[in-house]
Amino acid sequence: MGYALDVLPRILEAFLRYTLLATALASALAAVLGLVFAVIRRVRVPVLAPLTTAFVEFVRSTPIPIQLFFLFYVLPEAGLTLPGLFVGVVTLGVHYACYYAEVYRAGIDGVPKAQWEACTALSMSPRYQWQHVVLPQAVRNVLPSLGNYVISMFKETPYLFLIAVPEMVQEAVAIGGRDFRYLEPVTIAGLIFLAASYPSAIAMRRLEKRLGHA
Amino acid sequence: MGDLQIGAWADELLAGLWVTVYITVLGAVAAVVVAFALGLLVRMRHIVPRTIARVVIEFFRGSSLLVQLFWLFYVLPLLGYPLNPVVVGVLAFGLNFGAYGAEVVRGSINAVPKAQWEGTVALSLSPYHRMRRVILPQAYPLMIPPFGNLLIQLIKSTPLVFLITLTDLTAVADQYRASEGREAFIFGLLLVIYFVLAYVFTLVMHLLEARAKAGLGQREDPRKILAYRGPMEEEREAA
Repeated sequence: MGYALDVLPRILEAFLRYTLLATALASALAAVLGLVFAVIRRVRVPVLAPLTTAFVEFVRSTPIPIQLFFLFYVLPEAGLTLPGLFVGVVTLGVHYACYYAEVYRAGIDGVPKAQWEACTALSMSPRYQWQHVVLPQAVRNVLPSLGNYVISMFKETPYLFLIAVPEMVQEAVAIGGRDFRYLEPVTIAGLIFLAASYPSAIAMRRLEKRLGHA
Repeated sequence: MGDLQIGAWADELLAGLWVTVYITVLGAVAAVVVAFALGLLVRMRHIVPRTIARVVIEFFRGSSLLVQLFWLFYVLPLLGYPLNPVVVGVLAFGLNFGAYGAEVVRGSINAVPKAQWEGTVALSLSPYHRMRRVILPQAYPLMIPPFGNLLIQLIKSTPLVFLITLTDLTAVADQYRASEGREAFIFGLLLVIYFVLAYVFTLVMHLLEARAKAGLGQREDPRKILAYRGPMEEEREAA
């Protein structure tokens, strides 16, 4: 028990500095990029729309670890040397943007047809229509799904381990290797994940109920 | 791209692909077993099995797969179980995806119309026969699409076994990178291989779905089975 308390601060520090930070940045990126993907496909922008669909499909079907390696090794070849955390955030953000795009699409499809017709009747500009009528309703309806993906992503941040980002699991295993005691650090890492994701999942279920649909 | 030296690596890549495929298949089988066990337990009326199943489900859905993998890999041997990495990988995938699958099993069973349940009571079928002959055959086709999504998630998680010393496709690619360089080529190739692999497994799931539906008298046009369907709707519910 004493040992567990000794290593706890370092694991928590890695959690706050890398795991949480990466989750926050990547979900922000995914939220914005996913919306862009969804709108491009919905508005049927020529050329871009089919390309986006193909890209989304490809990214969704391929593993995050390989995508991480790909960017991690290929960006420097292109002359961009970026810190691991940055590559990790971009990879996770783009990967989840492809899931978000589908969620947004469902939300946009869920906006009643009368709302669109009313916008036309009031001769709103397309920009005004999206910004003030369609998206506020669409995004509100899919908030729980988006939240659930944030939780999924949170549990996939340890993948950044693969490109040497010292996030929580990396730290736990490093401590284990140093002291030859894996039980406590790895268990602590697992419990921290559980402690953070379980309440958030329940909060999302509540929100889902409050918004009154599945 | 002159001399890529990929020829010498082709055998290793194939061996790695084989490891990836069999970890996927064994992991999926383990996950289905766990999913049915937990999914049926969590529906029981008695509070003890229900609570145990609920705790196991939330535990494995709530903590990260990689942590579970490491925990089994590093901690089980300390507790006196010398495990080999294949067992660790299959166990971790089975428990993690089985926990997600348990919710699918539970939801699909609950989705069978109430009249069917009442019918089994009216015919005084035993609980076993009710499940085996009436409820599960109808719940089964509902489970296949979400199970398909989980299978894709599982394939996408298999590169993690590389961290517990298995020589899967990713491990071979990493060795290639270390000795030959050519990172863009090898990881680009890997992305394509995983994409094809995921697509093949998706087709298999479509076939299974069509067969299950045919068993209920809902035949599907064979062309529809092979047709590209776009991203699936049901998302993996995070816990």
